Amino acid sequence: MIELLDKLDRRIIYLVIGIVVAYPLIVHPVMPIRVSEEVKRAYEFVEDSLPSGSVILISIDYDAASEPELTPMFRAVLTHAFRKGHKVIYMGHWALGLPLAQKDLEEIAHRMGKTYGVDYVNLGYRPGFVTVMLAMGRELRDIYSSDYQGIPIDSIPMMANIHNYDQIDLIIGFEAGSTGEFWIQYVGSRFNKRMFFGTTGVVAPDLYPYYASGQILGLIGGLKGAAEYETQIGHPARGVFGMPAQSFAHLAILIFIVIGNIGYILRRRR
Amino acid sequence: MNFFDLFGTWLAAGLTVAILSFLYRDNPLYKFAEHIYVGASAAFWVVIFWYSDVKPMLIDRALDPQYPLGEKLILLIPTIFGIMMLLRWFPKVAWISRWPIAFTVGMAAGLALTATVQGYIVPQIKATLFPVVVITKDPLISLWRSLMNIFVIFGVFTTILYFYFSKEHTGLLKVGSRIGIIFIMVGFGASFGYTIMARISLLIGRIYFLLHSWLGVID
Amino acid sequence: MKREVPLAITFITGVLLVVAFFVPHPPLGDLQQRFQIWYSIVAGFTFLLGLDSLVKHHLKKIQHRRSGWGFSVALLISFFTTLILGFYSWFVFSSPYDLRAPFQWLYTSVILPLQATMFALLAFFIASAAYRAFRARNLAASLLLVSAGIVMLGRVPIGKAIWSGLPVISDWIMNYPQMAAKRGILMGTYLGAIAMSLRIILGMERTYLT
Repeated sequence: MIELLDKLDRRIIYLVIGIVVAYPLIVHPVMPIRVSEEVKRAYEFVEDSLPSGSVILISIDYDAASEPELTPMFRAVLTHAFRKGHKVIYMGHWALGLPLAQKDLEEIAHRMGKTYGVDYVNLGYRPGFVTVMLAMGRELRDIYSSDYQGIPIDSIPMMANIHNYDQIDLIIGFEAGSTGEFWIQYVGSRFNKRMFFGTTGVVAPDLYPYYASGQILGLIGGLKGAAEYETQIGHPARGVFGMPAQSFAHLAILIFIVIGNIGYILRRRR
Repeated sequence: MNFFDLFGTWLAAGLTVAILSFLYRDNPLYKFAEHIYVGASAAFWVVIFWYSDVKPMLIDRALDPQYPLGEKLILLIPTIFGIMMLLRWFPKVAWISRWPIAFTVGMAAGLALTATVQGYIVPQIKATLFPVVVITKDPLISLWRSLMNIFVIFGVFTTILYFYFSKEHTGLLKVGSRIGIIFIMVGFGASFGYTIMARISLLIGRIYFLLHSWLGVID
Repeated sequence: MKREVPLAITFITGVLLVVAFFVPHPPLGDLQQRFQIWYSIVAGFTFLLGLDSLVKHHLKKIQHRRSGWGFSVALLISFFTTLILGFYSWFVFSSPYDLRAPFQWLYTSVILPLQATMFALLAFFIASAAYRAFRARNLAASLLLVSAGIVMLGRVPIGKAIWSGLPVISDWIMNYPQMAAKRGILMGTYLGAIAMSLRIILGMERTYLT
């Protein structure tokens, strides 16, 4: 018995995890989502503090490895920003991530009747994130003389009066690594810019000190954060849809941990 | 759905299953997919880097008649540095590549020095120490917030004490570092919980792809 | 020439950037940006070194028919196919980022599923590792376990269904003890980074020259 508890075959664990994730996706039970203060503050800033037509810079700092966590929150935030009539500058520091979210950008913009060059613009990728961050503080044309397709920035109507952070009202980063900290240290502190982040679950705990110090306005952490933002804007999507699977998988892992510990305690007693 | 979309979905599903097959055991199918990934992503980086970096920063500027001649000449410096990097191919002169490396290291050090002080150390110390006592209309909230502020100061201080290795941990330092480890463990536990959450979300993403985009079992 | 010049370059670059931070006026004002652009250009060349090493390694493996040489063939085929499709998309569609370009198709159908699934595998491994290694051996390990358990349940809807206090405690852990510990750890990390930067600029740290 103790042996059984203490030495479960790893494939059994894999199988259980696979089932507890797949099954709720098929039957999709509905689960109420509680919205945390960190997400509420991010939402409220876009909703209440920014006048319609404000310029929001969205930075895609992730790639396919964290797509399931960050794309849902990018979609929710973008939908919200467009709905409020804000203008969006899309860029990013992760080369492999930009084409990923670009599809969502185009799809949402198309669905919401937004026009490229008027309501949003895609600056694309430029390497060296600190280079880009600092250059944009003076004149973004120094680094982005053209958009992602090589169209000169000066020929894009929305960009006519946008030269640096002074004309950008909010920065929202979607972060899978430490790029968010660079945003805070190089842009937030030097240019006194307001910003908040949507991050992977791995990154979120590291950003709490910045949230507590007020260096970032809000924090959307992991797929659960995406589900919270979707709930706030009244547009449930992949985040909310994934929560039952997330719940059952967490429960299953905790049960495995408890089983392991029971086995451990029994073995020690013996 | 056109042919390429359909083919793309099946290809993506095949590769997903190939990687997942590693769960059973290491096998040629997994190894094949893994090598495809390394090859494709390396080439992807080359194309994107040259398209987004070398072309606009160097080639376009050098060929642009409007770009000032002085600036064009300055661009020769990083170009020469770049060529120096390639001298690593020739063992006899490979040492020259240390020059551009020295430049990048010096730059990273110079930038980090000011950025960390301005962007982290100063604002975080400020946020930790002020305000210790919070006064609001509700005395209970004031008490709670003030207590929590003191709790955070205590946590930050004892955590730093735990990592202070210049003196042997005895007496008060020992007590402080013991309390520090409590905060650290709670912090690591929370990070671990979040990491599990993140990994499960990634799996949800892949299973969603298989069930939705490939098999069409779910909406 | 082999040691002194690189040390001097590091010193001058580092000091200039620190001075430029405090004197944000020409000619020093745009130095940070200028140096960063230089860095990007140098990095473009560095890429060629990495690629050369990757291709050579696998060509040698194929040439000597070392074990797994067939996989190296697959790697080189995928490498050159992507490269060709990338430059083709660049020239024909004027940008490899164009959503209609075959390069994007390759990204969506090959790179994305491979990278995403590699990381999704970690869900299984972390579950298995948690079962095997997460033992309440002592007070510290127990605290770790309890904190992780509360956060894992408190962050998902099922936690609230089990007990409505769980999300509240989970939020408290994240915002207070967890935050305090992270703040302290990061404080140490960044003070270390500052010390290391100073050592590099002053030439006391020279490992990058070997």
